[in-house]
Amino acid sequence: MIPLSFYLILSAAFFSIGVIGVLTRRNAIIVFMCIEMMLNAVNLSFIAFASFFGDSSGQVFVFFVMAVAAAEVAIGLAIIIALFRNKLTINIDEINILKW
Amino acid sequence: MVVLIPLAKIAIAISILLFIVTYLVYFERKISAWIQDRIGPNRVGPYGLLQSPADVLKLFFKEDIVPSAATKFVHSLAPVISLTVAMSTYAVIPFGPDIEIFGQKVRLIVADVDVGILFILAFASIGVYGLTLSGWASNNKYSLLGGLRSSAQMISYELSMGISVVGVLILAGSLRIYDIINSQQGWMWNAFIQPIGFITFVVAAFAETNRLPFDLPEAEPELVGGYHTEYSSLKFAMFFLAEYANMIIASCLITTLYLGGWHLPFIDSATLSYGLMPLISVMIFVAKVLFLLFFFIWVRWSIPRFRYDQLMNLGWKVMLPLSLLNLMWVALLVYFFKI
Amino acid sequence: MNIEIVAFAILATIGIASAILLVLQKNPVYSALLLILHFMALAGLYLLLNAQFIAVLQILVYAGAIMVLFVFVIMLLNLQNEQALVDNFNIRKIVSFILGVVLFLQFAVFFLVKAKNDIDIKKSPDSIDAGSIQNIGEALFTTYLIPFEIASFLLLVAIIGSIFLAKRKIE
Repeated sequence: MIPLSFYLILSAAFFSIGVIGVLTRRNAIIVFMCIEMMLNAVNLSFIAFASFFGDSSGQVFVFFVMAVAAAEVAIGLAIIIALFRNKLTINIDEINILKW
Repeated sequence: MVVLIPLAKIAIAISILLFIVTYLVYFERKISAWIQDRIGPNRVGPYGLLQSPADVLKLFFKEDIVPSAATKFVHSLAPVISLTVAMSTYAVIPFGPDIEIFGQKVRLIVADVDVGILFILAFASIGVYGLTLSGWASNNKYSLLGGLRSSAQMISYELSMGISVVGVLILAGSLRIYDIINSQQGWMWNAFIQPIGFITFVVAAFAETNRLPFDLPEAEPELVGGYHTEYSSLKFAMFFLAEYANMIIASCLITTLYLGGWHLPFIDSATLSYGLMPLISVMIFVAKVLFLLFFFIWVRWSIPRFRYDQLMNLGWKVMLPLSLLNLMWVALLVYFFKI
Repeated sequence: MNIEIVAFAILATIGIASAILLVLQKNPVYSALLLILHFMALAGLYLLLNAQFIAVLQILVYAGAIMVLFVFVIMLLNLQNEQALVDNFNIRKIVSFILGVVLFLQFAVFFLVKAKNDIDIKKSPDSIDAGSIQNIGEALFTTYLIPFEIASFLLLVAIIGSIFLAKRKIE
């Protein structure tokens, strides 16, 4: 029998690794992947709570997170392709024309 | 005993699969020969029956060449992904109704999961990586183009495939493959109730298995060998095996989802002795699958390959709207006739 | 030592190892592969938590659709290996690393010390039913019907938006 706190700490570890990845990496695609990882970390704690409370609402929420993540990835990758066409780079430090 | 039965099932399923694949290659060559008015393989063994084992043996002893510019690890990983995915999908496909062996009830399925059909779709979508990664890892422009084409093609046709399956699920009211088959007793085959969905599913299955007329990922005249240009020996054999295994899965799926599984209109009503019924059911199932396999080969040697833009147009502008139409048709049927 | 704990330990190790390697990896294709492995491990954890439907959905949606898009775009752009993380240890990276570790410690202290009594509960016996397709479907089409419709609209918008963005060349 694994206590709930194990799942929550695991989820926290995934989330923190994702945060570190977003802050340290400069490749837009890898930053994007780390964001996906953070979303999934949250999903894990949703599922853990849903299972321990015996309530399916948490799982429905995960379903919505997946739908939003799919939409986000489609748009995000399209933006990355458009950026690469125009600037020939996806290094997020060089993509700074919105910066004043 | 609890562990023994699943293990026996796995062993039987895999050995049957390997046997069928071996002879499927032989029959493909024979049937193509008949279609083209040739004789086909007839040198190794009587009627060339040992041709396929001889080919496998030959592939075993070939030199395994890995291009020096290739990404070695991924290059070896890709065929393994293809084959593993193709093989593990069999776990949820039932081959017949429950039977009794030594007083124990045995289901002719390795794992009876309640999300059966989703499991198959999920694994089919993982299979894309095998082709895509092999194309990328070979570091060859033909391979890369083949890999990119395959991923685009499979993503496009997965959509119409998934939506056609939804029509079946509405009628069966369950994702469990047993329930889907049992909802099609007598004349209630899904192929008759929703013919449009049947057609879109079959076309999508052809595209998913990369068979002609949709074998763009390995179109020989333009891409040399496509994604497996740089593969030889056992790794090539793995791709080959995976392709034929996928063909068998597609046939099993079409049979279970649309052709009533082991049900046949007149057999169900006939009164047969209890011991004989399961055997006949399994034979009906196998006969349907074999016919579909023949159909796959028949189409391959009769219809020319699509151009790439035609393929994409067909997928997005014809198949997807048609499968949506089928979904509406099924929904209306359920709403008005309460099937 | 029962099988549940062993499975949890293996899946957690795979998940954490693939996540760390993903961040350290130079080559984006390897990062994408590691992320797929990470998602697979998560699907396994969902199975341990009796959420079969979400576990299959995780493989179908994340590993099967979203990551295929990632791999496709990486190959399309044909990116060169970017500079490794360890090559240039500048001040920003050190600060972000410390921030991440602090964040994790904060979570861990909260779960293990502050909220210990609140989350120290037994797994509910209803959990097997809660993960079944019937229950999720019922919740989805009754209680959460409007969010469900909004999600479908969001996906439609995403399709249109991504076609628009990827097709047009910005002058």
